[in-house]
Amino acid sequence: MKRNVLGRALLAAVISAGVAMQAQAHRMWILPSATVLSGESPYVTFDAAVSNTIFFPDHVALPMEQVAVTAPSGEQVPLQNLAKGHYRSTFDLQLKEEGTYKVSRASAGLRAFWKDAAGKRQMWPGRGKSADDAEFATAVPKDAKDLRVIYDYRRTETFVTAGNPTSEVLAPTGVGLELVPVTHPNDLYAGEIAEFKLLIDGEPAKNAEVVLIPGGTRYRDSQNEITAKAGSDGLFSVTWPAAGRYFMEAEYEDDKAKAPATKRHGVYSATFEVLPL
Amino acid sequence: MHIKPLQRLRSLALVAGMSVTGWAQAESLQVSIEIPRLKVAEYHKPYVAVWLEDESRRATQLAVWYDVHMPNDEGKKWLKDLRQWWRRGGRSLDMPVDGITSATYGPGEHQLELALDREQLAALKPGSYRLRVEAAREVGGRELVEIPLTWPLDKSALPLTGSGNTELGAIRVALLP
Repeated sequence: MKRNVLGRALLAAVISAGVAMQAQAHRMWILPSATVLSGESPYVTFDAAVSNTIFFPDHVALPMEQVAVTAPSGEQVPLQNLAKGHYRSTFDLQLKEEGTYKVSRASAGLRAFWKDAAGKRQMWPGRGKSADDAEFATAVPKDAKDLRVIYDYRRTETFVTAGNPTSEVLAPTGVGLELVPVTHPNDLYAGEIAEFKLLIDGEPAKNAEVVLIPGGTRYRDSQNEITAKAGSDGLFSVTWPAAGRYFMEAEYEDDKAKAPATKRHGVYSATFEVLPL
Repeated sequence: MHIKPLQRLRSLALVAGMSVTGWAQAESLQVSIEIPRLKVAEYHKPYVAVWLEDESRRATQLAVWYDVHMPNDEGKKWLKDLRQWWRRGGRSLDMPVDGITSATYGPGEHQLELALDREQLAALKPGSYRLRVEAAREVGGRELVEIPLTWPLDKSALPLTGSGNTELGAIRVALLP
C-alpha cells in the first residue's frame, strides 16, 4: 500500500535500509498461462511484472532485456510477440521441442551505500538505474561514512513443460543465488511435498530464507505466507496446501564477497503452478 | 496519547458551531484504536478508515489515515484496499478531506476525538448503527472490526469495545465530557 519509487525492487533498496535480511516490497515475477502442456508445439503466453500484489501487475513492467529462454535441448529461444505495457510485459513461446523450458532473468553487480558529508543517504547505482562495475572506482567515495559495498545477485525464473518433463535446463550455472529443483517444477500437486535446493555461486546456500505466497492476494485478507529455511545442504521442502500459482522468493547473504564488496547477497524468485490432485 | 491532527479536527468541529439538542456543547465521541506491533520482515503503517453505518448502509465518515505525504498524491493509489470503506463512500470523497484525513500511525493506541456537535455527527438520526474500523497494510493483511451501537449513545452501556485479531487490536468507544 504505498511508497516505493520506480524500480525499487530492482535495486535492493532493502539493503539501503541497513537490514541484512529482509524481503522487498515489490515482487518480481514471470507468470506463464500454463505450465503443463500437451499436443503439437503448444503455445504459452507470459506476463512479467514487478508488483506488490501476487499476481496482479500494479507497479512496473518487468524490463525484458535480460530475459532468456532455454529450450529442453539447451538452445536459446527468442521471445515471441514481446510487448511492454505500463504495468506488465507480455510475450509468447511456442514449445516446439518436447520437454522442459526455463525462462530466466538474471542480473548481478556491485552496489554501494553510504552517507555523504551532509549525513544524507547515498546509493550507487542510483535508484532505478543500472551501472557498470567498472564505474565503481570513480562513482563511490572510498572514505565515505558508513560505506557498505555489496555484490548483489538477482534471478527470476519460471518453468514450462511440453509433454514429458526433462531436467537439462534445471542445471545451475554456478553464478549467484540459484534454485535446483529436486522435485520437478512442473510436477507439483496439492498436498504433496516438493523439495528444492538453493545454491550460491554453486555451493549450498546455507540458511537462505524462503517465502512462498499463493496467488490471488487481492481476494483475501492475509498474505498466507509459507516460510522455509534452507539447511546446511541448501535443501528445503514445502507441502503445497492447495492448487494454484505460487510466488517464491529466497534471500541469502554472507561475507564471502570479492573486493571491493564485503557482502555477497542474492535474491531468487520464481513462479510455480501447483495442480489439484 | 494525543495526536495533533485530531486536536485540530476537534477544534474545527467546535468552530462549526452547530446547535445541537440533547448533547452538551463540548462533549466528544472518543474512539480508541489499537494498532498492533507485528513481527514481520517488512512493516508499513496501515491505512485505516473509521465510519458509522446506519441500517441502510449509509456511511458517516469519521477518519481516514493514509499516506498523505507522498509526492503527487500517490498515496491515494491504495485507498481502494480499504475495500469496504471504499464502497461505503470512500470512492466518492475528494481526498484529502479536512477534519477526516490524516497521516498513518504506527503501532500503539490512538485516540480519535470527534465533537458531537460537528456537522456529520449532529446530523445523525437516532437509530441503530455500526461503527466500522477497517485497516489494510502494504504487503500485509486487511481487517474490519465492527461495533454495533445505538445513537444517541447510551451512556450506561459505555465504553463499547471490540477487537481485531490481525491488523487491529482493541477498539473502544466512549464519550468525553
